[in-house]
Amino acid sequence: MNRTALDLWVGFFVAIGLAAVLFLALKVGNLSAASSGETYALQAKFDNIGGLKIRSAIKSSGVVVGRVTNIEYDPANYVAVVSMQMDARYKFPRDTFATINTSGLLGDQFIGFEVGGDSEMLKAGELIKKTQSAVVLEKLISQFMFNQASESKDKK
Amino acid sequence: MNQEPLVQIRDLNFSYDSRKILSGINLTIPRGKVVAIMGSSGCGKTTLLRLIGGQLKPSSGEVKVNGQVVHELSPEALYAMRRRTGMLFQFGALFTDMSVFDNVAFQMREHTDLPEELIHDLVMMKLHAVGLRGAHNLMPSELSGGMARRVALARSISLDPMLMMYDEPFAGLDPISLSIVGVLIRKLNDALGASSVVVTHDVQESLKIVDYIYFVSAGKIVAEGTADEIRQSKTPYVHQFVWGEADGPVPFHYPSVPYGDELMQAVN
Amino acid sequence: MTKLLANLGHQVTSRLWRLGFASRFFLAIFLYSGTSFRRLQLTLREVFFSGVMSLIIIMVSGLFVGMVLGLQGYDTLQRYGSAEALGILVALSLVRELGPVVAALLFASRAGSAITAEIGLMKATEQLSAMEMMAVNPIARVVAPRFWGGVISMPLLAALFSAMGIFGGYLVGVVLIGVDEGSFWSQMQATVDFREDIVNGIIKSFVFGVIVSWVAVFEGYDAEPTAEGVSGATTRTVVTSSLAILAADFVLTALMFRGV
Repeated sequence: MNRTALDLWVGFFVAIGLAAVLFLALKVGNLSAASSGETYALQAKFDNIGGLKIRSAIKSSGVVVGRVTNIEYDPANYVAVVSMQMDARYKFPRDTFATINTSGLLGDQFIGFEVGGDSEMLKAGELIKKTQSAVVLEKLISQFMFNQASESKDKK
Repeated sequence: MNQEPLVQIRDLNFSYDSRKILSGINLTIPRGKVVAIMGSSGCGKTTLLRLIGGQLKPSSGEVKVNGQVVHELSPEALYAMRRRTGMLFQFGALFTDMSVFDNVAFQMREHTDLPEELIHDLVMMKLHAVGLRGAHNLMPSELSGGMARRVALARSISLDPMLMMYDEPFAGLDPISLSIVGVLIRKLNDALGASSVVVTHDVQESLKIVDYIYFVSAGKIVAEGTADEIRQSKTPYVHQFVWGEADGPVPFHYPSVPYGDELMQAVN
Repeated sequence: MTKLLANLGHQVTSRLWRLGFASRFFLAIFLYSGTSFRRLQLTLREVFFSGVMSLIIIMVSGLFVGMVLGLQGYDTLQRYGSAEALGILVALSLVRELGPVVAALLFASRAGSAITAEIGLMKATEQLSAMEMMAVNPIARVVAPRFWGGVISMPLLAALFSAMGIFGGYLVGVVLIGVDEGSFWSQMQATVDFREDIVNGIIKSFVFGVIVSWVAVFEGYDAEPTAEGVSGATTRTVVTSSLAILAADFVLTALMFRGV
């Protein structure tokens, strides 16, 4: 094989290899959506975060607007402190309500922002005051069974 | 011209682990001469070449090439020495993934910055010297044994070495290729002004071309002399070797218990 | 009994000796790597022989593995009514695990064995010795370019394997079975994380590339210079590097995806 043909093949190989990496990054992964551009930090305290994880999504009206960067336990107040990284393009009013939701019955958990009406916006590093904890499925079920049991007792 | 011999070997001993291969070898290769080292297979001749080339370190004693003790050289100095030596391996050891041309050009490309046109002319000159200019485009797999040996020869003289080493250059060649290689060894040595050492067990061919002969047996030098002296030699081992007799000081039988005893054992 | 112990001791020391030699060899490769980059043509040639020559087998295998994942994944997921998650399943299994691991296993048997056989034969026919006698270091001239050729090719091949696999999953899931195309891609994109999944997958395949190339050049260089020696070394390359890939995969997975 002469040199130029060999170079051509190696060039072809490297090109489609890099194209595959690009395909994985853009089409399969979420490089195009998040993690690019500027961000600002927010914090929120929850009594119970359920199955929330680092890198879980933060959504408002179903759109991803940020990611969870850190989860810590506050031993003074016995609550979980969640740090978030928000897309700098989106600002939220100070009375925004942060809830922990579940996508589908058993899906991933994410933080949902329900936007309030305050005219002042949340600043970088600020703490979100109004939060609602995760709904724990086991609690719901036991509550439901308990209610059923007491109802059937009443009927007797 | 420097009158000190090119290669001087003094009291050389060498052993693999505890197995002794060479003991008390004294040998000189004068400048401009072709010296043969002969002996039966497995007597340590190839080891001797590797010691001269610095691929092995002696257990004791020393090998001096061009006034330098080989095993004391730094890697750089050893490589510098090897650039000035050429070695022909038993079966040529051509690089199978390169054409004949690239094989001969290999050292020029590795060690010099010569322009490609000049390399082309030099390679053609070397190939012409071994009579294979027409084969420069072939791959080693397309060559016959004799041709491969000649290409390897052209490759080993590509940087005009001061010392040529031949490891069994005649092994496995037909009579015609054999005399071609023999003549080439002599002619190239004289043309290059080099010195050559030929390790071989082909007596008749080497007696025609060499100036001096050492006989090695069981790791020791048992006889030495010019071609005529060797032919006339009365030493039983040399006589057996030169005339190719099946039995003699080198016995036909591998050491064993007497045959009669073994037969009797089987009966009992 | 003593004989057994002595035998065992001998086995252990000879293994340790080989491991030590292999490590020293690994360092030597780095020490003499200058030539591989100064004369890039040498390395590119090896990228051709290990990378380009493995293209077909890697791409075809990737396609089939992805298609099988599509079938099996759909079969399982639709029982739980979440067939739309097929994209996630196919992409995550390929990018995190199957892409790097299977591509590396194929690479070991396709390119690794060829490298071992080539270097082993060069040793058996005294080509390496001849090179040394020509004052050319065989580690710099023969071993290092083959090592780097393998290391460069491996991540590219693994990425191609994953990409082809995802395409195969798409073919079976979306085109053949009829999973919704939108949710196939969007769920995949929402879940697969670039740094967490894709970059880690690429790091894995890079490590596997180093392992396979190292084992292959070492086995070749250390082979007995006979026909049986070379064939034994070739087998050892495939066995050793496959085991090392799987073991390293476990360690890397534990380090990368622990508790996240």
